[in-house]
Amino acid sequence: MREPIIEFKDLTFRYDAQKNPTLKHIDLTINRGEKVLIVGLSGSGKSTLGNCLNGLIPFTYHGEMSGSIKIKGKETRESSIAELSKMIGTVLQDADGQFVGLNVGEDIAFALENDNVELDKMHKAVDEVAKLVDMQDYIEHSPMELSGGQKQRVALAGVLVDDVDILLFDEPLANLDPATGKTAIELIDDLQKKTDKTVIIIEHRLEDVLWRHVDRIVLIRDGEIILDDDPDKVLASDILLESGIREPLYVSAAKFAGVKITPDMHPSDIKRFTLSEDDKKKIFDWAKTHIETPVDDREILLKGEDLRFSYDGKKTIIDGVSFEVKKGEMFAIIGKNGAGKSTLSKLLVGFEKEESGKIYLEGRDIKDDTIYERGKEIGLVLQNPNQMICNTMIFDEVAYGLRNAHIDEDEIKERVEETLKICGLYEMRNWPISALSYGQKKRVTIASILVMRPKIIVLDEPTAGQDYRHYTEIMEFLEKLNNDGQTIIMITHDMHLMLEYCDRCFTLVDGKIYFEGRPSKALVDKEVTEKANLKMTSLYDLANIVKMDPDDFTQSYINAERSMRHAGN
Amino acid sequence: MRETKLFAYVDKGTFVHRLSGLTKLVCFLLLTLATMFTFDIRVLGAMVVLSIAIAIISKLPFKRYRAFIAYILVFLLFNFCLNFLLAPDYGENLFGTRHELIVFTEFYTLTLEEIFYQLCKGVKFLVILPLGLLFFYTIHPSELASSLNGVKVPYKVCTVFSLALRYFPDIQRDYTNINLAQQARGIDTSKKAPLKNRILSFTKVLIPLVFSTLDRVDLISNAMELRGYGKDKTRTWYSFRKLERNDYIAIGVCILVFIFVLVMRFVVVKDLFWNPFI
Amino acid sequence: MNKKSFFGEFNVRMIVATALGAALFLVLFYFVKIPSPAPNTNIQIAYGIATFFGALFGPVSAFLVAFVGHAINDFIGGGLGGIWWSWVIASGIAGLISGFAYKNLDLEHGKKPGVMFFAWNIVAHAIAWLLVAPVLDIVMFAEPVETVFVQGIWSFIVDAASAVVVGYILCVAYAATRSGSKSLDKE
Repeated sequence: MREPIIEFKDLTFRYDAQKNPTLKHIDLTINRGEKVLIVGLSGSGKSTLGNCLNGLIPFTYHGEMSGSIKIKGKETRESSIAELSKMIGTVLQDADGQFVGLNVGEDIAFALENDNVELDKMHKAVDEVAKLVDMQDYIEHSPMELSGGQKQRVALAGVLVDDVDILLFDEPLANLDPATGKTAIELIDDLQKKTDKTVIIIEHRLEDVLWRHVDRIVLIRDGEIILDDDPDKVLASDILLESGIREPLYVSAAKFAGVKITPDMHPSDIKRFTLSEDDKKKIFDWAKTHIETPVDDREILLKGEDLRFSYDGKKTIIDGVSFEVKKGEMFAIIGKNGAGKSTLSKLLVGFEKEESGKIYLEGRDIKDDTIYERGKEIGLVLQNPNQMICNTMIFDEVAYGLRNAHIDEDEIKERVEETLKICGLYEMRNWPISALSYGQKKRVTIASILVMRPKIIVLDEPTAGQDYRHYTEIMEFLEKLNNDGQTIIMITHDMHLMLEYCDRCFTLVDGKIYFEGRPSKALVDKEVTEKANLKMTSLYDLANIVKMDPDDFTQSYINAERSMRHAGN
Repeated sequence: MRETKLFAYVDKGTFVHRLSGLTKLVCFLLLTLATMFTFDIRVLGAMVVLSIAIAIISKLPFKRYRAFIAYILVFLLFNFCLNFLLAPDYGENLFGTRHELIVFTEFYTLTLEEIFYQLCKGVKFLVILPLGLLFFYTIHPSELASSLNGVKVPYKVCTVFSLALRYFPDIQRDYTNINLAQQARGIDTSKKAPLKNRILSFTKVLIPLVFSTLDRVDLISNAMELRGYGKDKTRTWYSFRKLERNDYIAIGVCILVFIFVLVMRFVVVKDLFWNPFI
Repeated sequence: MNKKSFFGEFNVRMIVATALGAALFLVLFYFVKIPSPAPNTNIQIAYGIATFFGALFGPVSAFLVAFVGHAINDFIGGGLGGIWWSWVIASGIAGLISGFAYKNLDLEHGKKPGVMFFAWNIVAHAIAWLLVAPVLDIVMFAEPVETVFVQGIWSFIVDAASAVVVGYILCVAYAATRSGSKSLDKE
């Protein structure tokens, strides 16, 4: 039996600003060398649990705490953040925000600097740790020159440099594209095997974490641990889905088909997932009944012709891109960091001007429109709603674009109220925006664009950093708009989003279009996924197991999923 | 993303570049401080030679800074006009003589003394300008904080410098995006709008910019505290370069220059200006 | 129940906020130049940022926001090659004194700034541009008194105006986000 390294005993915690406790009677023991995955929705208390471990609670976030947490036998509240940081290293969700150095070396050295470590020793330690996370060639690079995955490696190195026993990852996948996420999970796993550290991962993207083995899954709901078990057992039950956590695609496909999942089928690992012949037939037959390729004969709304663009006249960012978006389409632009997605969206909304090529909206060349004129036709919703909101009250925020156009106040009122009704915000129209949740704020910003009645709205990463429930809430709202005829273009690297909601997509690779077509086709194509930093969906593997064409199988899954979702509404 | 090249720093590997950031800061402070004490055109002339010599040693690309130099000339000209308009007799009051050159009216008379005073000031700019250019052309931005700490600025204040430099590009990018997104919603901060509207429109860019920036405070301070920031009275700096022989030589030379200027000012001339008119 | 210290807290949160404030100050100081009617001068929106950070975190924070922001601006070439210490120091002083309004403000509970807020800001910019900057200019460049005061008066007018207007709008917007959800009913 291994020795316990972390022990929660009947821990209850309530934040000062809140009425009810966020964590209730937590009992949890984690042993040295274990790898534990903690899942739960935002607001379930899983991040609070993490903060109890690293000392942010009770030292930075104050509140009322009862029960006990011991790390290596020591009660945390009798320690300090600094002392705890020598035992437990925390890698936070936002790899960019936590990068506090001006370059990689400085950031890795940050903990050592605070320990007054002598210079030669510090440089030696930084070089060693940089090698461990494969960043030794980037020591002088500034954060602006690094990708999201590289920044995360730096963050990891920054805690490893302290030689901690426990590594705590708070939503490590939230800001990474699928391929980078996969590499991150591999890195964490390899590192743990090499160093025998205890690893705790807080994450809601279950399937991505399960890419490598974990010892236990702990499920938190409403501040309580409701499950703490072996991954195979957890996946065999339906409790995840009931708690709003997305199951791996292959598991939900099998469940859709009516297969009874048991722990001995190894559902936590697609490579070891075993299905009886009977089950395979069940899945095959189920998929067959859902194959149906949507036909699309809608008219063309937006057309780009041989667009080219560079910021400095030298390095081409957009290199001869031509595309068509149809009226009423939900369209995705995908591609890895730096492939030119954001730049392309800026060309569409007129923030930047193409060097050559043409953009036609309903057949009209829109080159000479001002930003404002363009904004009325093609509206952009920024990723972070807080970067758009500039008024205190919901009504004023939505009305803002119209007021700038000096439209008569009666008409403004009418249009704003109509838009608020569509967005489900009408009842709150007189509320201050500060009273809203992040998802509601997002809806306000979408409303503030919709009110201008644009022909197209462009959304930059609409679901970034959202858990499954909030993600579903935002996407179902967008789907409803789309069903009402609104054309929507999304920039995303979320595979589920494109798979489940988009009609068509194209992948941008080095400023050129590499693939254009249905998302289900892109995500079972090895070359496309590699070039765009996506990964093949696990449906591909399942399709191979049941011997069916992966593209057809994926499309059936999408059709089945969509019809179930609509039946549910 | 369109990025501004923030720092002029390029490692040219010259004698000056190889010095520690602390040395550069100390020398910069000593030399600029020294020029503050004097208007003696002979001393200033010597310092012009010195600072241009250092600029040449460190391969300062003068051409790149032509625009700066032109601006400074325009500024000096403007400053001269303003001075002449408001206090045309300033030069003669300083030096106690009146050598008339051009007489417009009794009050508005251009004197040799006024010209000489303006000349002294111009030469002073000629000392300060290359020193400033040199400093930010040869110091690596990440050495700035550690160097400031080296001259006993409290380390938490130094952190304000280094964090401000770290997040400046991010905030600049956010500013561009927010500004464009608000323009798409019809705000007008261009010159076409009346001044009052321009400022009010501008606050509609500022509010999301400032508030979304404040949202980051918790994350960054947590990330720092979780790595032990602020627990001790001192800290070391990864990017600090230890002082070597050349550093001591450079600092020594600057101290000598500093003393020389003080001696000239307070022992030899005993006045701010050297007066050639008496 | 005012337990605020006059100079503000000096903890890690305040340091980080101040650094971000300085970066904001710098971005606005460096990029946003709203031309004013007089030649050679721009309206510096940035002083509103110093005022706002002073109101939130106290005079030390406001001093550093303006001082560090202005110093880095000169350092990266915004000062056309020189670091003009007289103006950098005056900026810092303007921030510092505007931050004296901090102790009696209560933005966290949704209260708008009162008369003292305006008074401190005007005093701050008066001292900075009518006293500190001219005196330093006279000491460093032996400028005639008349010139430095004409420039000083102009700076005082535009900078105090931008600090008060922009700072006030930011403070009110901030207070509005803190007013809490008193009686929010769906209608």
